Amino acid sequence: MTCLHLLLTLVFAVSLGTPVEIQRPRGVPLTKKQFYEESKPFTCLDGSRTIPFDRVNDDYCDCKDGSDEPGTAACPNGSFHCTNAGYRPMFIPSSRINDGICDCCDTTDEYNSGAKCENTCKELGRKEREVLQKMAEITKEGFLLKQQLIEEAKKGQQEKQSKVTDMQENKKQLDEKVEALRTVKETAEQPEKEAKERHLKAWEEQKAAIRLEKDKAKMAETFLELDDNEDGFVSVSELQSHAELDPDADGTLTEIEAQGLMGGAEQVDTSTFESVWPKIKDKYHSEVSREEADISLCLCVVQAQPTIKTPEKTHEDEEAMPPYDADTQALIDAAQKARDDFEEAEKALREMDDQIRNIEKELSFDFGPDAEFTYLYSQCYELTTSEYIYRLCPFNRVSQKPKYGGSETNLGTWGSWSGPENNKYLLMKYEQGTGCWQGPNRSTTVKLTCGKETVVTSTSEPSRCEYLMEFTTPAVCQEPANIDPSPHDHVEL
Amino acid sequence: MAASCDSLLPLVLLLCLSAQAVDRSNFKTCDQSAFCKRQRELKPGQSPYRALLDTLELSNSRLSLQLINDNNKVRLLLELYRLQGNMTRVKINELKPLKPRYEVPDVLLSHPITEALSVVAQDENSLVVSLGGKDQRLILSAQPFRLDIVEGSQVLMSLNSRGLLAFEHLRTRKDTKSESEQATGQENVEQQTDEDGQIKEDDDKPGMWEETFKSHTDSKPNGPTSISLDFSLPGVEHVYGIPEHADTLKLKNTDGSDPYRLYNLDVFQYELHNPMALYGAVPVLISHSTDRTMGIFWLNAAETWVDISSNTAGKVRVISSEAPQTDVRWMSESGIIDVFIMLGPKPADVFTQYASLTGTQSFPPLSALAYHQCRWNYNDQEDVKTVDQGFDEHDIPYDFIWLDIEHADGKRYFTWDPSKFPQPKEMLQGLMDKRRKLVAIVDPHIKVDSGYKIHNEIRSKNFYVKNKDGGDYEGWCWPGNAGYPDFTNPEMRTWWASQFAYDQYEGSMENQYIWNDMNEPSVFNGPEVTMHKDALHGVWEHRDVHNLYGLYVQKATADGLIQRSEGVQRPFVLTRAFFAGSQRYGAVWTGDNAAEWGHLKISIPMCLSLGLVGISFCGADVGGFFKHPSAELLVRWYQAGAYQPFFRAHAHIDTPRREPWLFGPENTALIREAIRQRYALLPYWYQLFYNAHRTGQPVMRPLWVEYPDDFATFSIEDEYLIGKDLLVHPVTDEGATGVTAYLPGKGEVWYDVHTFQKHDGDQSLYIPVTMSSIPVFQRGGSIICRKDRVRRSSSCMENDPYTLYVALGSQGSAEGELYIDDFHTFSFEEAKQFVHRRLSFSANTLSSRNLAPDSQFSTASWIEKIVIFGGSQPSSATLKSADGTESALEFEFDSTLAVLTLRKPGVNAAADWTIVLR
Repeated sequence: MTCLHLLLTLVFAVSLGTPVEIQRPRGVPLTKKQFYEESKPFTCLDGSRTIPFDRVNDDYCDCKDGSDEPGTAACPNGSFHCTNAGYRPMFIPSSRINDGICDCCDTTDEYNSGAKCENTCKELGRKEREVLQKMAEITKEGFLLKQQLIEEAKKGQQEKQSKVTDMQENKKQLDEKVEALRTVKETAEQPEKEAKERHLKAWEEQKAAIRLEKDKAKMAETFLELDDNEDGFVSVSELQSHAELDPDADGTLTEIEAQGLMGGAEQVDTSTFESVWPKIKDKYHSEVSREEADISLCLCVVQAQPTIKTPEKTHEDEEAMPPYDADTQALIDAAQKARDDFEEAEKALREMDDQIRNIEKELSFDFGPDAEFTYLYSQCYELTTSEYIYRLCPFNRVSQKPKYGGSETNLGTWGSWSGPENNKYLLMKYEQGTGCWQGPNRSTTVKLTCGKETVVTSTSEPSRCEYLMEFTTPAVCQEPANIDPSPHDHVEL
Repeated sequence: MAASCDSLLPLVLLLCLSAQAVDRSNFKTCDQSAFCKRQRELKPGQSPYRALLDTLELSNSRLSLQLINDNNKVRLLLELYRLQGNMTRVKINELKPLKPRYEVPDVLLSHPITEALSVVAQDENSLVVSLGGKDQRLILSAQPFRLDIVEGSQVLMSLNSRGLLAFEHLRTRKDTKSESEQATGQENVEQQTDEDGQIKEDDDKPGMWEETFKSHTDSKPNGPTSISLDFSLPGVEHVYGIPEHADTLKLKNTDGSDPYRLYNLDVFQYELHNPMALYGAVPVLISHSTDRTMGIFWLNAAETWVDISSNTAGKVRVISSEAPQTDVRWMSESGIIDVFIMLGPKPADVFTQYASLTGTQSFPPLSALAYHQCRWNYNDQEDVKTVDQGFDEHDIPYDFIWLDIEHADGKRYFTWDPSKFPQPKEMLQGLMDKRRKLVAIVDPHIKVDSGYKIHNEIRSKNFYVKNKDGGDYEGWCWPGNAGYPDFTNPEMRTWWASQFAYDQYEGSMENQYIWNDMNEPSVFNGPEVTMHKDALHGVWEHRDVHNLYGLYVQKATADGLIQRSEGVQRPFVLTRAFFAGSQRYGAVWTGDNAAEWGHLKISIPMCLSLGLVGISFCGADVGGFFKHPSAELLVRWYQAGAYQPFFRAHAHIDTPRREPWLFGPENTALIREAIRQRYALLPYWYQLFYNAHRTGQPVMRPLWVEYPDDFATFSIEDEYLIGKDLLVHPVTDEGATGVTAYLPGKGEVWYDVHTFQKHDGDQSLYIPVTMSSIPVFQRGGSIICRKDRVRRSSSCMENDPYTLYVALGSQGSAEGELYIDDFHTFSFEEAKQFVHRRLSFSANTLSSRNLAPDSQFSTASWIEKIVIFGGSQPSSATLKSADGTESALEFEFDSTLAVLTLRKPGVNAAADWTIVLR
């Protein structure tokens, strides 16, 4: 067994530039030094048992809590403290002691493994200080920018708020105006309607008279056509030549049927024909012109299919309605103006509503505790990689477009802030993007870090169709801690 | 990863879109495989074969005689060999084939050692051959031809007792016959003048000279060549083996269903519980009864179907007048009949016998037995680094991180994607600094691309498999159009191996190992997603060598890894396709499973079946490859996987990330604990693999292997043994609140390894479980060595001390072994540098004794603690070292559980020592 028993360690610490030696068992942090007194038996820190002090760090685990082996790998749940003078002290799991891998920059974790570790604490400390300094600068500047953002956002918010208030005031007026104009419109429309109806009625009557006259003329004409022998009578046989009049549609107009049409008479003169005409006029085909028959057929079709077209336009017989008389036209013009005024006012109201809604929507977004994320609203930020152009439009959507042509893919629309409980504003979640084959809908998590500029710094797809985007913005910069000019010179002792 | 769907491959995409589960129509049933249909139409009855006893030739170790088929007068040559270790080899080939038939090379370790045979009796219709020892005889009956192997008056096995020997002899095609008769006239004339008259050709049946499946036509220039033989096993109800199938451990009756199929195939989203072929094939069947364990090794690499028929199948076990019997029938598309009958009689004997033929499990480097983290794909170097750090942040050990196909430049294996992995050595060095390793995939399909060095060399060296017309065979796979190197060609394999040299494989380092996937081979646009059977490997058709292709790929790769280290380092290569003998080259996994409870359950019988036929290094993708596991399933799978030989988590590219810490702190803790249990037990796993390597005994064993007389164990597949000393019953049911474990062994005791509670053997025990439970029991009478200081990788633990867990049997004694070496080189074999010790406890004395006095190895490891279960409280414990010094040991005794803990013996693990309790 190559392992050491009780090993006390000399710790060289730097405090005010003077090296100080502080003895304590290996792996014990200074804060716990008082529990490890060489002259006394050791009581496990959980109080579970007391053992002779020479069993501390003897490479056998006696305490359930691992406290007797702070400097060996014997306990499964132990931890080892490295001082890392010049850098940052830390605890590592006991299992990393003497495992051949340098974990502590001061090399104290590998005291018996043969691993060649170099003390890198100074270097790490220097680098860390540089990084921290840089970060501190960024944070500082970023935080200043953030203050501006907050200021602007507050101003903007107030402006918007008051704009909404103003608009709502205006809207009230508009509402009233619309109502007033509606009344005007309705008042003007009533006489217009009546005048129009009057005009129409007169026109209908006129049309009926014309139609009657035409019918009579047609009847007379038909009588003449039917009266083949020109004896002034239409006989049964003369009527029979018109098979289309067949009432049972079996193709022939029998004598009895013809007689029936003629009201039982053998023949009719022009006056008695008047009672026959209504029974046959719909079916009657003129002998003179096929075209006429076609037209009447065509008419049937048109009439059978009611359309919105006005009959004037399709019926050659019917003439256009005569223009409104001056009085009516005046009423119509007045009503039209009232209508136009009303619609215009209503449109203005709708637009106003939209504007109010948009502003209210914007105001309803959670732009952070101090509204510092407001400035991202309705902006978009792009990052071009070797294959794609990624586009982040905060509070709206994330998308990806192939660099060399191809359609855009939606990587998610705004969902929610989803950072850890203590600061949910560190992550944004965009969800329900374009679906994946055999997979979920695409989604994107945007990780926000403090930076002077607002930029998308990287994108990746850690899991198929789940994207990760890194985004810097001053809005997440925290107030720099009250600056101790060299916070890391101070090592825990 | 399956031949599933690459967005680049519209054809494949189409194929896959429809498939939520396996698309059965892509794969043949017996009816759709012309030879299987022909063979299966032949029903049991009188065999047309007759042995011509006057042709008997007997040399010292070889007996041969001719068989004639009385229907067509074709003669066969039967050869019988008695092999060392209680085995009989039966070979049947055509006496005078038109051209040579394929005999599988490179699977047998060497020429098996034969033993003397003697004819002890003979009459006009039979021949009795002594098989040596134990009154074993082989009775050859001439008409109808059959073989019976008997011991005393008991028939152990009969061949052709159901008359299903069928040998489709090579023939010339009828429409071309007159031509070829002129060409090869001499032979035919000779046959025609045989005393028995003319050869009568069978009538052509469909599929003899050409066969079409879906859009693929198999040209079959050699016509029908299939073979078949039946074996009857009187007294046998339980048969096992012939992997790979996603089915029960005990093989099912195949009357009324398809036979079990052995034809290495890339099956997309395979279904459970059916006899369809999967990625690998080991044509070895094991029979077991309380009387005897035997094995049948059917050495044939062509498409093979196995029918199992048992007269007790589906019946409740009642005492009936009919003795149980299982009949097995093997049918292969080409080649010869070459069968090894392993006569046991004990399970361990069958394993030894089979190992003497095809070799034992390769002894993996220790780290390969640790935990592997895989995903299709870790996206880039940064991702690898982040995952590596994730393990440290969550204090979870792992040894290997894996890179799937996306790591290579356009799926050109042996290369790295220049934008994702621009500095592979930097990445590998980063892992090496953490004493961890990486596996990168190298598949056998090679992108046809004149700008790709590997392709150009293979093409210029003429190493590609050829199509039937003699051009380079090409098929679609991950890279698009791809060629397939002819791994059956030893020159090709040598060249392939040389490509793993550090100066050839740019960016590779010694902590990079290899994974061979898609080596069935998978051909996306080929028949049944594999290679056309009429493709050519030199003079042989792909038909002849198909099931062997994957073995060769892994062999050549493993050789490459050995050679790159100049023979020093043990290789580690994972393969998906395999054959008999693949155990010599590395690990296998059960392919593209799914995140479903059924797949978790089936991983046990699948790996047990493989273990029975020599392949111990088996595992299933933890978590399931396809689909997204629930946190519960994932945790349960880690718990089960931690106790299976090959322990690797893997996931399909389309699934959400599932590194162990992504399911909340509770589940992270549960997974961490499961993995830590694996690491603590690595010394035991390592010793078992050493044992498997030396003796051929499986690492993961069905209970019946250790309890062969206990009928109750014969069908158990939800629990198993690791070695003989640990019994594991993983929780594989969703929402389980308990499991019922069967603890075997009348008069034996078992100890719960977590609670130290003692249970009697020979009972079914209900164990309540919570999410943290992994029911594991240590056999009373065993000593297991663990390393309880779990660190971030197995390499970090190499010098750590051991804790001995001594579980006393009912007689108050226990035994175990401890094996130590450098954990990664061949020095254990070549320089005998290892420690192998016997630990035994009896009469209150525990001692460590050297099992290999001619070996030597110095280890820094020592004995830190000894925990003894089932003993009583001593008054003193004295350690006697090899130099005679004595010292008192402190101890603690827990009287409620009867657990004695000896504090810090401190002796070196390689030393002789004794501890006496008084």
